[in-house]
Amino acid sequence: MSAPTVSRPDAGLARVYPAHARPLWRRVLLTREVAMIALLVVVYEYSMNNVGNFDGPLTLYYLFLDTAPILLIALPMTLVIITGEIDLSVASVVGLSSVLVGVLHQDAGLSIPVAGAIAILVGAVCGAFNGFLVAYVGLPSLAVTIGTLALYRGIAVGILGTTAKTDFPEKWTDLAKKRIWEDHPYPTILIPFLVLLVAFALLLHFSPFGRGVFEIGLNDEAAHFTGVNVELTKLWLFVLAGAVSAFAGIYYTLRFGSARGDNATGLELQVIAAVLLGGVSIFGGRGALHGVIAGVLLIGVLASAMRLENQTVNLINIVIGVLLVLSVISTSFLSWASGLATRGRGLGPLRRRSSAADHK
Amino acid sequence: MKFNRRLSAFAAVTLVASLGLTACGSDSDGGGSDAGGDTGGSGGGDISVTFLPKNLGNPYFDTSDAGGKKAVEEFGGTFEEVGPDTATPDAQVPFINTAAQQGVSALVVSANDPEAICDALDEARSAGTKIVTFDSDTNPECRDLYINQATADGIAKAQIDLIADQIGDAGEIAILSASANATNQNAWIDLMEKELSANHPDIQLVDTVYGDDDDQTSFDKTAALLQAHPNLKGIISPTTVGIAAAARYLSASKYKGKVALTGLGTPNQMREYVKDGTVTAFALWNPGDLGYLAAYAAKALADGDITGAEGDSFEAGDLGTFEVDADATVLLGDPFVFDKSNIDDFDF
Repeated sequence: MSAPTVSRPDAGLARVYPAHARPLWRRVLLTREVAMIALLVVVYEYSMNNVGNFDGPLTLYYLFLDTAPILLIALPMTLVIITGEIDLSVASVVGLSSVLVGVLHQDAGLSIPVAGAIAILVGAVCGAFNGFLVAYVGLPSLAVTIGTLALYRGIAVGILGTTAKTDFPEKWTDLAKKRIWEDHPYPTILIPFLVLLVAFALLLHFSPFGRGVFEIGLNDEAAHFTGVNVELTKLWLFVLAGAVSAFAGIYYTLRFGSARGDNATGLELQVIAAVLLGGVSIFGGRGALHGVIAGVLLIGVLASAMRLENQTVNLINIVIGVLLVLSVISTSFLSWASGLATRGRGLGPLRRRSSAADHK
Repeated sequence: MKFNRRLSAFAAVTLVASLGLTACGSDSDGGGSDAGGDTGGSGGGDISVTFLPKNLGNPYFDTSDAGGKKAVEEFGGTFEEVGPDTATPDAQVPFINTAAQQGVSALVVSANDPEAICDALDEARSAGTKIVTFDSDTNPECRDLYINQATADGIAKAQIDLIADQIGDAGEIAILSASANATNQNAWIDLMEKELSANHPDIQLVDTVYGDDDDQTSFDKTAALLQAHPNLKGIISPTTVGIAAAARYLSASKYKGKVALTGLGTPNQMREYVKDGTVTAFALWNPGDLGYLAAYAAKALADGDITGAEGDSFEAGDLGTFEVDADATVLLGDPFVFDKSNIDDFDF
């Protein structure tokens, strides 16, 4: 109790680790992430019962095919946003990687794996450029990545110009759409996704590196003084974002069988929307991957169900936009409400107990 | 305590991972019950036609889809219009997938890319949906029928004839096109260049710029074009969005009446500029008729009256009888020239 009491007016907001004064079940279940998963299940079940053709055999298959690039890019994006940074250039890297695969395969005659490997390398370099400017030069990531959003997209459109490359081997375009098992709605793209999911979950939630990521998001100066290499951590996260986006670009190219400079235009907003919806704080320091996955799938299910109901794309965008705003508001609202509750009971010994837990 | 926290995080991650698996179980159940056929549009004898334009909010497609709706109402089918907000092929694919899921009788599409949406169309066809393309075609093997608004030769020649007439068959001209990948526009521009070199040696095409079928971009490109080429005598804009934006720029600039503008436009968008003298004449087909014809073609395919073979013929309501040409193509007719004398007869 004699520890210096740092003034933390937004203690509720900045809280990362569950308050251990509360029982385990509350810590696990009463979280933004679980709320998002519950909402996903509710929307999914509602759609199954009320939306015509949603229970058809193609729904989940198309859902996974459509959301795969968002699922993939959301993984590194979650880490980037948890550090309090943002990467708006991911969709442009998807487009650039798509163009590179097309040009390297058809004009340079390289095989798809080699062309893909080069594209991923270029994606990593794009990410490293972002990361260098943000971490070592110290520029705000919003400005840097808006710049590279235009830059990478410009290069992509510049390379291919007005044309599209469409001649890819069937073996590879089929693989992008193939199901893992016949009669099951799981396309093969889910395999690399699950591998990456496990890798990113270990990295973020079960490694010192991941704890560093959260520390940076809460207070990068404090993180620096506790021995976290802030610059290197951020650089690596942007490199990962670039590389994974490039991989998503390869998938995008093969799935549509078409390499174009304008592929995946606007995808970055869908990724960021899904990540924020999944409970990651835009101010950094808070978030978890399972919430993000639920956020991506929720947007996918909503869009799919509303298309089946013949709603226009504008209405779909409105619903997703409102949901996003509500989810951002709800974070502040919930912490305000819980702050009120704590203050209400906080006159007796309870308050001392909870504040002791706070500083543990 | 640390262990508990890890355990709970792990439990939560597992929960999400298992979500997909549980969804699998319910999905295969659902698949079985759907085979019984309850909500599918193709269940009864009712014809359901879905229109998928390049993008929504484009007046040209609003008109063609209205024509399609009129036709579908005439033969008592179900009409739906869906589409993305940006004219890109990857944005169109989810809507094609949705049509396959719904099992609609026919899908009427204007393709944003001849190749990229092919696989999705094939999947819809294997689900029993007939595919009619209009306005912008895909590769012929990806669809059942293509409704061609006019032959590319006819369109290219009509626009070159108009501009040649307006600038006295000599001088610099430029083209303000739609997106750089647009199937139609690129084909027309090719043919225009050939027509120019063959029959109009004194007209030089000095530049082709792309307004992406976006009003503001087209407006800005027009301004840039006039600055870059001070001797420009005429602009051809083979896209309805482009010509309207270019006319808006010209009508308020010092170039009004000095730089000729023609191309493909709609009467409602161009009426003001034809009347104030910015534009003398422009060409187009009637997109309403195009959508109307496409809807009747979709019905004929869905009913099994035609298969898309050369020589097949079908009735298209008010428009009369049409015959299928080579490559499963149906031609609407010749382009139509609008000018001061006739523009008030049209409202689309």
